[in-house]
Amino acid sequence: MSLIVDNLRIAFGERVVVHEVSFEVAPGARLGLIGESGSGKSLTALAILGLLPEGAHASGSIRLDGEELLGRSDRELARIRGARVAMVFQEPRTALNPLRRIGAQIAEPARIHEGLTRAQTRERGTELARRVGLPEPTEILRRYPHELSGGQRQRVSIAAALSAHPRYLLADEPTTALDVTVQSEILATFDELVRGSGSGLLFITHDLAVLSRIADHAVVMSEGRMVESAPVPQLLTAPVSELGQRLLAAARRTAFRPGGTE
Amino acid sequence: MSGFSRLLRHPAGLFGLIVVAVLLVAAGVSLVWTPHDPVFTDSTRRWLAPTWEYPFGTDNSGRDIFSLILAGSRVTVLVAVGSALGAGIVGLLLAAFGALTRRWVRESVAVLIDVLIAFPTLLIAMLLAAAWGGSLLVVIVAVSISFGVNIARVTRPEIRTVLAADYVLAARASGIGSWGILRHHVLPNIAPIVIVQLSWGMALAVLAEAGLSYLGYGAPADTPSWGRLLSELQTYIGIQPLSVFWPGAVITVTVLGLNLLGDGLRDVTDPTLSEPATSAGGNA
Repeated sequence: MSLIVDNLRIAFGERVVVHEVSFEVAPGARLGLIGESGSGKSLTALAILGLLPEGAHASGSIRLDGEELLGRSDRELARIRGARVAMVFQEPRTALNPLRRIGAQIAEPARIHEGLTRAQTRERGTELARRVGLPEPTEILRRYPHELSGGQRQRVSIAAALSAHPRYLLADEPTTALDVTVQSEILATFDELVRGSGSGLLFITHDLAVLSRIADHAVVMSEGRMVESAPVPQLLTAPVSELGQRLLAAARRTAFRPGGTE
Repeated sequence: MSGFSRLLRHPAGLFGLIVVAVLLVAAGVSLVWTPHDPVFTDSTRRWLAPTWEYPFGTDNSGRDIFSLILAGSRVTVLVAVGSALGAGIVGLLLAAFGALTRRWVRESVAVLIDVLIAFPTLLIAMLLAAAWGGSLLVVIVAVSISFGVNIARVTRPEIRTVLAADYVLAARASGIGSWGILRHHVLPNIAPIVIVQLSWGMALAVLAEAGLSYLGYGAPADTPSWGRLLSELQTYIGIQPLSVFWPGAVITVTVLGLNLLGDGLRDVTDPTLSEPATSAGGNA
């Protein structure tokens, strides 16, 4: 019972952008996928859900609790998305439809997969809003995304991703677009909720400091290849790969600010 | 209902709404009552000046111009509504084919739209009339094709933009199906544009009907129509200039009203254009 990515390769025609990436996420486990932008981290996550952009082709194997996902039809994958594997995206400003009220979006996976009625959706929405720490949980459901702050919108996205109790959660830099102060709060909420849900987590980031707060094990990716796979404490003390060493150096530079808490 | 009450507070939108309401009432009333029989001719009453009995006067064959205009509004409403429905169907189907299919189909449709848009409504109508003779159906079909293409041209890129949006990717990651994406994401996003286009399309349909009836391709000779009335009366502009004013004025006001209604609808259907609500507190 786990989410296994085995020798995943993603190509746009002749151009290979992800080379033979392999890892495994068990329910309750927390795996970090770290690398610079353009290293193929996001594409790897999208490939798991079968949501690669037009023209991209994935090969290898992606197994969800023993079931092969590669090559399944979009309709079959739609039953899995949100229900068994959910995803939180990076940019809260664009991840919510500006024309739909928060109430329609915060419990969307639950509405789709559990066939909730209008009243049940509202009830679930209020409960979710409270759980992710949104102010005025009933009131906020009637608002539109542009009436919320970036941090509040990301809380909505996190609530939505967890609404149908997925066994696995993919988070693609969910705090990168936020202010540093907000980032820390959202990360704490996220951490607490994922721990509480018992979901397996694949957390994508470029920031070793963020990774160290969330993940137990990490895979380092560079230019589409896995260059290191190690427990997080080891990555924080003695990274083997050149990229691992550079990420550690960068994290040290930013973490040791006057009054820093790390 | 909040959208409707916002439309009532929008001056241009309110004006358009009143014009459309008056037009609908006029068309409805004319079905059961007109002050005089609009097609009854009486050579003893030719060119009467406006009076209480004949508010807009009479024409060269003694028909009551006010009754003719009331009865003519039926053709206007029929053509406007028929064209809007037809153009909406043609436009959305074309746009859907041009946005949701494989790349080569999409691009072929885009080329087709660009080619069709070069054909003037009048030319399409005259081609159809040459084949099937002039009728109101020819006007409706011609307007449906030419405005449908217009709607497709405006909405196709909009659908593409919506489909490429992060929130659609996020919704797909939530397990939404293709139908759900159309219903919850694509339609609400293109509805304001389509509504505005339809309103403007109706305005142009009214003009096209008037123009085509003026040229003799539209309403049959025994059906009162504003365009036909305009063409008949303008021959006598030297005898009774005021008579030509009435059909011209109702066409102008109707077209203006529909255009302004479109503007009003555009303004009130977009929540991001409405007054910003109170800020929702802190950053987190």
